[in-house]
Amino acid sequence: MEAASIPAAPERAGRKVKRRDPAKPRTPWWLWLAVAAIVVFCLFPFYWLVNTSLKTGADLSTAALVPPSPTLENYEAIFQDANFTVALKNSAIVALVTTALSLVVGSFCAYALARLKMKRKFLILAIVLSISTFPQIAIAAPIFKLWRDVGLYNTIPGLVIPYLTFALPLTIYILTSFFKEIPKDLEEAALVDGATNFEAFRKVVVPLAAPGLATAGILTFIAAWNEFLLAITLTSSTNARTVPAAIAFFTGATQFEQPLGTISAASVVISVPLILLVLLFQKRIVAGLTAGAVKG
Amino acid sequence: MAEIQLQQITKRYPDGTEAVKQISLDIADGEFMILVGPSGCGKSTALRMIAGLEEISDGDLIIGGERVNDLAPRDRDIAMVFQNYALYPHMTVRENMGFALKLAKEDSGEIDKRVDEAARILDLQDHLERKPANLSGGQRQRVAMGRAIVRSPKAFLMDEPLSNLDAKLRVQMRTEVSRIQKRLETTTVYVTHDQTEAMTLGDRVAVMRGGIIQQVDSPKNLYERPENLFVAGFIGSPSMNFLPGRLEGDSIKLPFGDTPIPDEVRAKLKGDGKARDVIVGVRPEHFEDAIVEPDKPGLRFSAPVSVVESMGSELYAYFEVEHGVVDSSDLKELAADSGLQDLPRQGDDSQQVVARLAAASSAKAGEHAEMVLDTRHIQLFDPSGGKSLTAE
Repeated sequence: MEAASIPAAPERAGRKVKRRDPAKPRTPWWLWLAVAAIVVFCLFPFYWLVNTSLKTGADLSTAALVPPSPTLENYEAIFQDANFTVALKNSAIVALVTTALSLVVGSFCAYALARLKMKRKFLILAIVLSISTFPQIAIAAPIFKLWRDVGLYNTIPGLVIPYLTFALPLTIYILTSFFKEIPKDLEEAALVDGATNFEAFRKVVVPLAAPGLATAGILTFIAAWNEFLLAITLTSSTNARTVPAAIAFFTGATQFEQPLGTISAASVVISVPLILLVLLFQKRIVAGLTAGAVKG
Repeated sequence: MAEIQLQQITKRYPDGTEAVKQISLDIADGEFMILVGPSGCGKSTALRMIAGLEEISDGDLIIGGERVNDLAPRDRDIAMVFQNYALYPHMTVRENMGFALKLAKEDSGEIDKRVDEAARILDLQDHLERKPANLSGGQRQRVAMGRAIVRSPKAFLMDEPLSNLDAKLRVQMRTEVSRIQKRLETTTVYVTHDQTEAMTLGDRVAVMRGGIIQQVDSPKNLYERPENLFVAGFIGSPSMNFLPGRLEGDSIKLPFGDTPIPDEVRAKLKGDGKARDVIVGVRPEHFEDAIVEPDKPGLRFSAPVSVVESMGSELYAYFEVEHGVVDSSDLKELAADSGLQDLPRQGDDSQQVVARLAAASSAKAGEHAEMVLDTRHIQLFDPSGGKSLTAE
């Protein structure tokens, strides 16, 4: 309140040398120190990955913070390796298809759960969510057997289908809370305006739930893109192998050389799209994760 | 444009409760029909059944000569204005108003023409490219109206469209709604709980209570000749005063004295002329200060005034009447709806009466005032059932 009276009493304000804006208390120095420490702690492994990816040969065994002779050789090597580039393509297809399917199917499910009057809605939602708590290792072996029998082993659909099992519950959960927030009157207005139920959903509900769709989509994409356990269990060749699995098959120049440099370079490459995605949609993700939980 | 007929329409929920009970209503082409009643009386449900947003459990709904019970809202060719406007937040005003036409696959030139025309009527030309979030309450309300009128539908359905506006704007928009309806001559069904809106807007008003239509009539007739206690008490502000009375031969006993039954009342009075108890309804404006109008005929009495409210142009005087409490379920429901029953009573057996006096009146709180009651305008009701004894 004092700040508001400054223009009226310039003398008094002048005398007080260490005047601070009362609305913005200064952050204490130790808090900055703590923040810096946490940032270093979190980002240092990634820095080390970049660092390693720029080293070759004998440099790989040094612990220097800055590579002694930085080189892009590793990056050149992985992009000349067909195993990696095909895997990159597979990863992109698997992640995008999983995301798209999960958004389409998930939004239908979520809309039904949010809008239809049915009994035991909560139970259905709870069952859907509980699916995502199964440890993947528990289903990896059965799916492996099953896929071998039905011919989905080592195919892209063979990866997309199990990925949907963890993508869908998340999508349904996020979107249900978003759809619930959208006033029913808007859909009714659309119905009276001449829309079919599906048009009302597509032209009114979906655009309004865009932040929720973005959140669910990004989270699904990240999960599918990073997935390793099922990818390595259910693939056997470049036919469907995704990058995380492909990296595990990298070999060095000789049997005894660890392909540390190329593994690092590949890891950096597959991290880049995720970092870009998260930076671009940062606000949306945060808004999406909290919206629906609390009435704003 | 079309007439709307409700024939024995009932809304029954799965648990057996009936929100609307066999209502029948003929709304003529171009008519402005108001559905009014306290909350929970079924008026909104009735409107939503006309719109097709609620299923009709029983009865027939006929719009423009066609039975539309089983048609989806989109096939009924009606437009609805929602209480909270229900504007699409992600579309501009232009897109909001053109949405229905776009769904109907009109070409974009025609859409623009009709949206511009509607915007001109509603004075929204400057806001067409803005989003609803950047509009004021009154502007949003006009966009909601605009969305309805661009379509030139068979009927407008309005669900308390003005209740979210502040008082001053509401009065202004009320005349606006009336002007637009007169200009377009589109059949309109308008739901409100505000009896002032009902009285000022409607060609005819249907008063509802507990899912049943109590009376359908012009606002003037509802006010002057209510068919039962509920309608009498619901219509009018301040509302009608109800007092116990007794008919004995040629005179009527009121809590403030006996008076001969006026000819005007006797002419309308039903029944065999035997002595009987009645409930007497008196509108506040039928009292007058005896000092201001010394020559006015009627029943003179003196009353202890407890509160005086001056409105500038007139004056409301409240006074207590001993042995004046009327026991009736209709009146109890009215009181419950307005929250009046929670107010502390001054005595167990005294009833507060309000009189509308001329501004020149000298009535003062805490003093006795001489008043005259114009007995020609009193209404009589049957204490059992609440039916009017004086309505035609």
